Amino acid sequence: MSEPVAGQPQPGVTPVQGPPAGLGMFLYKARKNLTGSTPYLMMGGIGLWLLTWWLLCEVFSVPRFEKMPGPVAVLSELFSVEPFLGISVFTQEYYQHIYLSCRRIFFAFMIATGLGVPLGLFMGWSKTVRDYAFPILETVRPIPILAWVPLAILMFAGFEAPVIYLATLASFFVTTLNTLLGVDSIDESYFRAAGCLGAKRRHIFWHVVVPGSMPFIFTGLQISIGVAWFSLVAAEMVSGDGGLGYLIVDAYMNNVTVPMVIGMITLGFVGWITSALVRLVGNRLMQWRVRALALEGR
Amino acid sequence: MTVTPASSGEHEAQGPASGKGKLELRNVNKGYGEAWERQEVLTHMSLTIAPGDLTAVIGPSGCGKSTLVDLIAGFERPDSGEILLNGEPVTGPAHDRMVVFQETALLPWLTAYQNVAFGPKLRGDLKGEALDAEINRLLDKVGLAEFKDKYPIQLSGGMQRRAELARAMINNPLIMIMDEPFRGLDAMTRELMQEFFLKLFEETRRTNLFVTSELDEAIFLADRLIVLSNRPTSVRETIEIGLPRPREFHMLSSPEAFKYKRQAMEVLHEEAMRGFTRSGDQQAFLDAYRKGDEAQSDG
Repeated sequence: MSEPVAGQPQPGVTPVQGPPAGLGMFLYKARKNLTGSTPYLMMGGIGLWLLTWWLLCEVFSVPRFEKMPGPVAVLSELFSVEPFLGISVFTQEYYQHIYLSCRRIFFAFMIATGLGVPLGLFMGWSKTVRDYAFPILETVRPIPILAWVPLAILMFAGFEAPVIYLATLASFFVTTLNTLLGVDSIDESYFRAAGCLGAKRRHIFWHVVVPGSMPFIFTGLQISIGVAWFSLVAAEMVSGDGGLGYLIVDAYMNNVTVPMVIGMITLGFVGWITSALVRLVGNRLMQWRVRALALEGR
Repeated sequence: MTVTPASSGEHEAQGPASGKGKLELRNVNKGYGEAWERQEVLTHMSLTIAPGDLTAVIGPSGCGKSTLVDLIAGFERPDSGEILLNGEPVTGPAHDRMVVFQETALLPWLTAYQNVAFGPKLRGDLKGEALDAEINRLLDKVGLAEFKDKYPIQLSGGMQRRAELARAMINNPLIMIMDEPFRGLDAMTRELMQEFFLKLFEETRRTNLFVTSELDEAIFLADRLIVLSNRPTSVRETIEIGLPRPREFHMLSSPEAFKYKRQAMEVLHEEAMRGFTRSGDQQAFLDAYRKGDEAQSDG
């Protein structure tokens, strides 16, 4: 029997001290991360990728790659104080594009989450709501975001609204569907246990449906913010005024490839950070889930 | 591990019925499926669970044990017949009948403490410091005082079952319904849980319906053993277990216990054989039922 007797120190075992606080915790985590293989493999992967890119484009100029900008060209432009083509980390325009795209993503993601999560929860919780909404959702969902672009431009005036609308639409479906799946994934015995303990229908919604679907909701939100980035760029390409998608298509129009690649890399990087943020919030809200995964060694 | 219920002067909060419910099933029938492929699960099921007794229910696998639990708990309604708790008909799940489930049904997003608090908090019948004191008392009783802030996943199987017992007890139900509660535990933990649970029961004598598929467990715990028939299920035999209380494990090897065991085994074996031969002839079985339905509708 592995259960320790409560409150009695085991002989021969030094009592475990509590977790270190503040800076101590930070240093502990940093040391733990640096002793693992993860950061080195990550750096190795990036290095290998840069090397391949460099060899293909700049060293051997392999056919089909000779017109592509190589990593040296891109990085020296990206980090130059006076960029030849107008975009680098030292220009204000660079940050203006990032800011514009991020702001659009923020609104689109917030609206999509604010609508999609409640709708998904209600669809999972009530068969009536599901019967109403599911057919429409499934019909509209497969329509590609690009097909919506003309309608979005007709519907909304200006530059911001159509872009935000399109990104919202794309991420809304992902969020709703994942939330619905999250409710479906909850084990029947939790509903029964709650019923037994005297939970009314509204209690079951707040105390079983909402927390029980959280893991799926946050998986969905990570996907949905990625989808928001896809569609945002597509939208900015068609009807944009600034933003990373606009930067890419503008460079293409002007026949310069380096800013285009700078736009692409930046987009990937910012997108990665946003989904990491969503994951962070999810872990904060689901301590029970974090413990469960930790016990499985993940 | 030695976790024994604290036998202090404290007792369960004594309600008017003080956890002594009398449960009656009168001619209960329950089946599933459309008319043309209907499978009867329970048929003419009548039994009485006396207040303050531990009644064990055992039956061949696949008989309607879980259906019986679902009906008594109120998760499902019988097709016909009556289920009465202290004379009142059962209409849905409520906290006067607490179910302890097969696999743990502790809410994984709540800590042990929060799980125990769940029922009283929802209903608002115990609040503030009184609630806190009661939760701590019960968690202490089941030996989980040190683990109250752990999530279910961080507890061992045995601890989870004990947390679930505490979660049920705090509601002071008239009857506890245990649906193979120790299934899935390893043999050693299971034995300890049986002992622990028995002490808890003998201290409170709260009416208990204990569904199990382990004969030894049933004889060790029960005042009365109900043996169910194969499907369609009804009560096949009732055996009064006369072993003295408080029970000890060694009593299981007494000649008396042996007698009960043989008696139950004979019936169980017969019923299991019936199910075994019949499952080889499932189609004929279904046909027989179809005919039965037709005959009924014709008559």
